[in-house]
Amino acid sequence: MADRLLTVRDLVIDIPVGGGTLHAVRGIDFELDRGEVLCIVGESGSGKSLTSLALMGLLGKRIKPRATQMDFDGTALLSASKKTMRSLRGARMSMIFQEPMTSLNPAYTIGDQLMEAMLLHRDVPRAEARARAVELLEKVGITAAESRLGQYPHQLSGGLRQRVMIAMALMCGPELIIADEPTTALDVTIQAQILRLLVDLVREMGMAMILITHDLGVVARVADKVAVMYAGELVETGPAKEIFEAPMHPYTRGLLRCIPLPGKTKRGSELGTIPGIVPSLVGRVSGCVFRTRCTFATEACRGDIPRHLRGPQAFRCVLDDGGLSQEKQEVQA
Amino acid sequence: MFQFILKRLGLAILVAFTVSFISFSLLFLAGDPAAALAGETASGEDIEALRHLYGFDRPMMVQYGDWLFSALRGDFGESYYFKLPVAGLIFDRLSITMTLGVCGIAFALLTAVPLGVAAAIRPNSLIDRIALFLSVAGQALPSFWFGLILVVVFSIKLGWLPPSGTATWRHFIMPTIVLGYYAMPAIMRLTRAGMLEVLSSDYIRTARAKGAPEMRVMFKHALRNAIIPVVSLAAVQMGFMLGGSIVVESIFALHGAGYLAWESIGRNDLPTVQALILIFAMFYIVFTFLADVLNAWLDPRMRSS
Amino acid sequence: MSDAMTDPLLAEIVGPTPGQLLRRRIFGHQGLLIGGTVVALLVLVAIFAPLLAPHDPYAQSLMARMKPPVFLGGTWEHPLGTDHLGRDYLSRLIYGARVSLMIGLVAAVISGLIGSVMGICAGYFGGKVDAVVTFLINVRLAMPVVLVALAVVAILGGSLTVMVSVLGLLLWDRFAVVLRASTRQVREREYVAAAKSIGASTPRILLAEILPNIVNNLIVVVTLEMAHAILLEAALSFLGLGVQPPTPSWGLMVSEGKNMMLFEPWLVMIPGTVLFVLVLGINLMGDGLRDVAAPENRS
Repeated sequence: MADRLLTVRDLVIDIPVGGGTLHAVRGIDFELDRGEVLCIVGESGSGKSLTSLALMGLLGKRIKPRATQMDFDGTALLSASKKTMRSLRGARMSMIFQEPMTSLNPAYTIGDQLMEAMLLHRDVPRAEARARAVELLEKVGITAAESRLGQYPHQLSGGLRQRVMIAMALMCGPELIIADEPTTALDVTIQAQILRLLVDLVREMGMAMILITHDLGVVARVADKVAVMYAGELVETGPAKEIFEAPMHPYTRGLLRCIPLPGKTKRGSELGTIPGIVPSLVGRVSGCVFRTRCTFATEACRGDIPRHLRGPQAFRCVLDDGGLSQEKQEVQA
Repeated sequence: MFQFILKRLGLAILVAFTVSFISFSLLFLAGDPAAALAGETASGEDIEALRHLYGFDRPMMVQYGDWLFSALRGDFGESYYFKLPVAGLIFDRLSITMTLGVCGIAFALLTAVPLGVAAAIRPNSLIDRIALFLSVAGQALPSFWFGLILVVVFSIKLGWLPPSGTATWRHFIMPTIVLGYYAMPAIMRLTRAGMLEVLSSDYIRTARAKGAPEMRVMFKHALRNAIIPVVSLAAVQMGFMLGGSIVVESIFALHGAGYLAWESIGRNDLPTVQALILIFAMFYIVFTFLADVLNAWLDPRMRSS
Repeated sequence: MSDAMTDPLLAEIVGPTPGQLLRRRIFGHQGLLIGGTVVALLVLVAIFAPLLAPHDPYAQSLMARMKPPVFLGGTWEHPLGTDHLGRDYLSRLIYGARVSLMIGLVAAVISGLIGSVMGICAGYFGGKVDAVVTFLINVRLAMPVVLVALAVVAILGGSLTVMVSVLGLLLWDRFAVVLRASTRQVREREYVAAAKSIGASTPRILLAEILPNIVNNLIVVVTLEMAHAILLEAALSFLGLGVQPPTPSWGLMVSEGKNMMLFEPWLVMIPGTVLFVLVLGINLMGDGLRDVAAPENRS
């Protein structure tokens, strides 16, 4: 048994909205070992970011997440005191956000912001925090690191700012990094660069990472484990290899058809689309939420949905093969 | 930034000249200033003599140039009423008005900023509602009436504070409140709105994700950014306040520049009135200029550009 | 398809019409309701002043001086008592509403016309026009309003016409600032570009495309400046250089009562309270209108 870092069981996030309750995340389970990379995949609004904010305890006062279990290295995150959560955040678990342009405070220098986490959590002199900041800036590939410390965020490009954000997350040598679509706001040309840098650093420092993305190409390259989210539920989880080789849930198969994968997609073949839109999650939600877009939907999809296990892989569908046999027949016909 | 300051300074000077021209031309609003000065019983010869004495028989632009040139050297002419140099008259009175203005803006900032921050931290809470009520009511409260109520309550009924005069610091308490409350609603609203906007920004989330304690997030990360626009507003309000000191000084009989203005208007002492309008306008211009410079310095984005 | 129609997940929310929404927002807004009611009542009082006032507001009576109001032991003959000249306080208060509202309204209209033209031109044309208008706004803001108004009234005499003109000429700054900003926003919208592309003339674009889209802001500023003008008139009258006696003005009434404040504080309290309530009502209405008209509330 590997060294378990994070366990999440039946996480539920309800958001009070004007017309009732938005059931944004409903009963998701996953776990993460030290040094593992878990990718959470799904469309915008599927609850990926909410899940990661819940882990960090950053959902805000209005939203109270529930779970039967949410443990980080033996600490129950949901029942932990504010002080305990503060001592974890930035020290043992850190987060990298989607928007590098607005995630740095415009009023303070890069150096101040880099050193802050270390000065807050570790009893170190400023000089040591400064040395660490320089070391990490060099590690994330920023030249003239020493002189960058005195610069303000607006003097840096988006790519540089995201490198700074990465360095900032690493300051205290955390055990878990949560990266919420860390490259979507950047130019396409540097997206891959930044992501590779992040993954290399995570591997080098032996950290665990939750990478939230909707880019399956990225997932295929870096993930140990994959969790596919759709409209607030985990529809399929499993080791990356299995998910890509044999996706079971109709939604996962649909997603994989939407992107070209090296070695898997034939040249000239048509890419798929998933018709329909994500349903509203305000009010009572029951049955399979994918039924409004699923080609195999039947009346049974309105009832309870069983969870099927296939080795290390798990998925939720009324059909015990996720409609795979039907799909094959259709293709033949 | 140097360029910005230079440009801003040029604008300030241009505004100052325009204001000086307008306040000078007020003199000619009455038609014949000499006739007004001489009074209704004066004969034609008297008026003619006065006209020559004060130089009203020269073209208006020449008179303006003359007046401006003297004003630049600190000479605002002689008061019709006191027969003394206007500059000295005003200078003697300014310290009271400045004391009042500084106390007033300090009072406004010290009450409005904490209230605005508290309201933004807990929107729709009791304190937010109280702050909102105070700001709406404050805007509607006529300052002369508010001053009189304070006098009735604290001087007449309770006997705690002196109703008028400038002898001790206790004489300044009520005038400070009356002058300061006027700027409170705007400063409070701006602080609240600024804090609300900043608190929902991504970098506040970043600060929390670092494990920063809530107080540090509020004051070091949020207020530092939200306060920048408040600085400009405070400067503008300070300029308005000095102009508004005329009402407060007349209620509490503080013999400052505002009181002098009120008396001089009643006495048709135009050189004094002109000089006071110009001086109050200059205060506004200087304050807003300084605020812009301070702003540029507070905001790193402007400092380095 | 029928499955999708009955599926609760896809059930389309049938919302209220925009008109219903607007009505709901207006009647759901406490401040707007309270403010609107106060203003409407006082406007009615001002219009029907001759019918409502129990006495002639100018009629002096040496026999009936300084009578206290009913609630302080007076009689119903003079419900709010009489002033130092024996004039009925309630009647003067009622006629005073006319002075305040008239000055507020006319001053707001004059300054609104000046400020809107300047603001809209600056916002729409930009460049040199904008620079000139911005400069004028700066000059105007630098002038101490109370002092200049007092000086002008002192020189020209304190008639209602002079008061209204002076206030109208001094209070246009906020109109110019607000409308300049909102015009700049609207100018960039697609429908303005569309109007330009089909060759609409500039006046047509300003009147038919720009104006309707900034009129919300204009109305809000009108209310705020009305309140501002009413307060200024009262302050000037209080200082003795506004509306001249014997015209009933609330500010003047406070000023006249000031000397007897020691013994008869109600002489100051009553007109001041009415002034406060009217300005509060107008401000609540203005704030309410801004909330109701704010685009972010339109969903």
